[in-house]
Amino acid sequence: MGHFTEEDKATITSLWGKLNVEDAGGETLGRLLVVYPWTQRFFDSFGNLSSASAIMGNPKVKAHGKKVLTSLGDAVKNLDDLKGTFAQLSELHCDKLHVDPENFRLLGNVLVTVLAIHFGKEFTPEVQASWQKMVAGVASALSSRYH
Amino acid sequence: MVHFTAEEKAAVTSLWSKMNVEEAGGEALGRLLVVYPWTQRFFDSFGNLSSPSAILGNPKVKAHGKKVLTSFGDAIKNMDNLKTTFAKLSELHCDKLHVDPENFKLLGNVMVIILATHFGKEFTPEVQAAWQKLVSAVAIALAHKYH
Repeated sequence: MGHFTEEDKATITSLWGKLNVEDAGGETLGRLLVVYPWTQRFFDSFGNLSSASAIMGNPKVKAHGKKVLTSLGDAVKNLDDLKGTFAQLSELHCDKLHVDPENFRLLGNVLVTVLAIHFGKEFTPEVQASWQKMVAGVASALSSRYH
Repeated sequence: MVHFTAEEKAAVTSLWSKMNVEEAGGEALGRLLVVYPWTQRFFDSFGNLSSPSAILGNPKVKAHGKKVLTSFGDAIKNMDNLKTTFAKLSELHCDKLHVDPENFKLLGNVMVIILATHFGKEFTPEVQAAWQKLVSAVAIALAHKYH
């Protein structure tokens, strides 16, 4: 289990507090689907994913992105117990959704990129390090119930 | 062999031309060492790497970062022939430097983050996709001569 220092927690919570979760969610999921196009296979029912602008404007992508990022908000509040927080979602992603855990790492990297775009210079190396640790922790927690 | 479309090449070269390679190089290598601290093991001779500010201010880090990113510039001029462009560097990283190829992917991800912090909204999903493809292809080319 990754250990988060007090500084890590403060950094993560402070940036999270300034984020518009709805916008960032849509952008993160949208970018995942554009940058790693094979991930579109999990979203057959989402309609038009035929181009970058179709994806970024797709209302189902935005809605689902918001759902995913809201769930990450739970992670931010429970950094010391990510495995417990994501136990049920881990089972869901394995048993029902059949998502390769590698995709959790990809989504984490995309989220870090979205934060970098939004916060620019404020996204210092130390801030990036805390967030990289966070997304790695979440990816690991989401994989923990796979069998 | 990875194929880059004309749009992808344009997205890559346009952003590259606006970059200060010297500064970006120092920042890329510095961030790698901060965000993924185990990578510091390859740079024992670099002196003070004891904190993020020490790392980012370290002149050897800056100089080596510039060297690495200048080499990336060769990649951009030879996007259709990355394996040949990086053949010798690949042998060097395997035979002399003993660098795990996983680290090439980490450096590539750090570069994407730096572009994101510098260019903000201009780093659109399509531009990110082109750059992600490039850094992956460079990582593969650098691993190609490993044995």
